[in-house]
Amino acid sequence: MAEDIQAKLEKYRTAPFDARFPNQNQTRNCWSNYLDYHRCQKALDAKGVDTAPCDWYKRVYKSLCPISWIQKWDDQREEGTFPGKI
Amino acid sequence: MAHPSQLGFQDAASPVMEELLHFHDHALMIVFLISTLVLYIIVAMVSTKLTNKYILDSQEIEVIWTILPAFILILIALPSLRILYLMDEINDPHLTIKAMGHQWYWSYEYTDYEDLGFDSYMLPTQDLAPGQFRLLEADHRMVIPVESPIRVLVSAEDVLHSWAVPSLGVKMDAVPGRLNQTAFIASRPGVFYGQCSEICGANHSFMPIVVEAVPLQYFEKWSSLMLEDT
Repeated sequence: MAEDIQAKLEKYRTAPFDARFPNQNQTRNCWSNYLDYHRCQKALDAKGVDTAPCDWYKRVYKSLCPISWIQKWDDQREEGTFPGKI
Repeated sequence: MAHPSQLGFQDAASPVMEELLHFHDHALMIVFLISTLVLYIIVAMVSTKLTNKYILDSQEIEVIWTILPAFILILIALPSLRILYLMDEINDPHLTIKAMGHQWYWSYEYTDYEDLGFDSYMLPTQDLAPGQFRLLEADHRMVIPVESPIRVLVSAEDVLHSWAVPSLGVKMDAVPGRLNQTAFIASRPGVFYGQCSEICGANHSFMPIVVEAVPLQYFEKWSSLMLEDT
């Protein structure tokens, strides 16, 4: 499992086609991966396990989300005003 | 790019734009043929001395001028739908670039590997070198590798804008808070120009888009240089 993720990450070019978001509006794709990364981090940290599998979500949200959105959300998470459930 | 007294589209720089161009030729030819026929009939009707007051109906011609237009419409619809579905195909991009619209410039983000971002302002007319194009040149171009599928995610930081490059057959609205996806392949190396296509304030006409398609090695060199600079 972990080796698959490593292999996928090494061959990473850009965010692949995601069938959950097949259309023009990719806003949810970016949001979803951002949430998934932070939820994955939180969950694996709580278990005390290596968080390397979460890196996939990070690469994808970094590819898709505008830098200003990521900065805004990171600031909100620090302040405790982030609107998503992590 | 566009040139003075241009009548048709700019030369296509992507496979989709080529298809659109050929389809337009096909549809316009049909339009010209029908218009010529109608004009001929009008002139013939107006200039004849013959009159006949006794024809009341004719089934044959009614059938013909119902079936023939239906057939012509099918002849237009089939290629049109083919291109529509072609544009909707699932593609597997090699690179994702974000184009963010601001008042009044574009910024491009290449974040697949490192965090590369830069602004692209129009070159003021007094700063142009000889041979450069007025109101179209920008200080930093969006450089892409040629013959690679590119995904562009368009959004805006303030008001509505629209990211358009006619020779690539691409136009996508930039809406604040929304990420709009479009994709294309540059089939040949070159420099392709476009302009903001949604009214966005005083300098709406002065925030052009310049896409430069280069071979992959030059793209890699360019992106390393850009990363060093920023």
